[in-house]
Amino acid sequence: MLDDFVVRAALAGLGVALAAAPLGCFVVWRRMAYFGDATSHAALLGVALALALELPIFAGVLIVALSMALVVSALAERHVSTDALLGVLAHAALAFGLVSLSFLPGRAVDLSVYLFGEILAVTRADLALIWGGACVVVGLLAWRWQALLTATLNPDLAHAAGGNPRREQLVLTLTLAIVVAVAIKVVGALLIAALLIIPAAAARPLARTPEWMAIWAVILGAGAALGGLQLSFLFDTPTGPSIVSLAAVFFVTTTALAALRR
Amino acid sequence: MSLIATSGLELRHAGQVILHDVNFSIHAGEIVTIVGPNGSGKSSFLRALVGAMPVARGSVTRKSGLRIGYVPQRLQIDATLPLTVRRFLNLPKRQSEATVHKALTRAGVDALADRQMTALSGGQFQRVLLARALLNDPHILILDEATQGLDQPGAAAFYARIEEVRRDLGCAVLMVSHDLHVVMAASDRVICLNGHVCCEGTPKVVADAPEYRALFGTGTQGTLALYRHDHDHGHDHHHHHDHD
Repeated sequence: MLDDFVVRAALAGLGVALAAAPLGCFVVWRRMAYFGDATSHAALLGVALALALELPIFAGVLIVALSMALVVSALAERHVSTDALLGVLAHAALAFGLVSLSFLPGRAVDLSVYLFGEILAVTRADLALIWGGACVVVGLLAWRWQALLTATLNPDLAHAAGGNPRREQLVLTLTLAIVVAVAIKVVGALLIAALLIIPAAAARPLARTPEWMAIWAVILGAGAALGGLQLSFLFDTPTGPSIVSLAAVFFVTTTALAALRR
Repeated sequence: MSLIATSGLELRHAGQVILHDVNFSIHAGEIVTIVGPNGSGKSSFLRALVGAMPVARGSVTRKSGLRIGYVPQRLQIDATLPLTVRRFLNLPKRQSEATVHKALTRAGVDALADRQMTALSGGQFQRVLLARALLNDPHILILDEATQGLDQPGAAAFYARIEEVRRDLGCAVLMVSHDLHVVMAASDRVICLNGHVCCEGTPKVVADAPEYRALFGTGTQGTLALYRHDHDHGHDHHHHHDHD
């Protein structure tokens, strides 16, 4: 079954949706959209690093994404994280990544692969990484769920209850880097943040509790992955953008339905 | 033995000293109110007591096993976070339905368990925060301007509720407040902060202190006397609010 590239693509999309959706909820709740942007754009630098040092792409992206995520969350903690600064980081990471890829000697790198992903070229080894990464992410989030939610509401409340909001921030930072590293092959650096935010935002009108929002985000993310894959076959469109487009359609639909019901 | 004590406490924010040389203690069942102008370090002081702010110098000592019920100054819940009152009360620890119900009843909002947090009015929201603080049968309630954003009757009702809670639970109450008259009348002890402790003592001592008058003027003196009078006679002093 895994011999079929379509099946592998579908499984890759599902794995990424499973990891990205619950993490995306926290990105939305904590207003960390730029955090996601900066980290995922930094993935291109990671690709350049990996190609230059002949490391696996996954390793290079994980290292650079984690560094970027740590820098951004350190800045956020010192309250110097204005919108502008995060915007600068996000776009600078992208630009430097593109420039550094052009420096690589000996071979012309196909940029579009890293910018938009290449879900139809996912191998068995990629699948193992994606699902392994997704399990780690979901496991970490489930384990820290209550503490993460409390710290998201108010760090002082977490302190007063004996918690450590800093540790929870670190969990989010780490899981974000993992999601970026596993998702770059599927949707590319440009659209990873979209896969985090859009299913979560689309799930918001359907949920009355944080848990249901995360579950709905997984369902909608998975639906977008499978549906987008199918659409890209039907209309011969690029797969990653098709997935994100479908997720955006879900968002408009649930938001409009909620507005009508009110 | 005191519930929480500080000795020579100094707090800094971005390298600047915001509070220094604070020696403080609060005992079981006491109501202590902290007053002071904006930026005087009141909130930082409470945050240091609950462990949310690092201590630059000196020490904070909490009695071992101390249960704190903390009501923060501001709790902004993002509209993207769906959260019922019941779910909110189950953070960070899961509680039994009975415990949740009891806390909501004590805070006077037992009908709101299934409402969304973002759909509550200001007064309801503050009471839900109070209910959450009461969940673990606290030894001490710490309230940071808990009536901010409430109108005067709302604030008075909130304080009445706190008095009741203290009577039932016997917990100490430490609060920061701007509602000088009501609070001072209801307090055993008042501490006036402005970067350091400018004066402290019974409400009368503080109200008469030159340091306090320099900060807040003497205009409140008349009403203050009225409330103290009321308080001494055990009346409900809150209905005098509209006299302000």
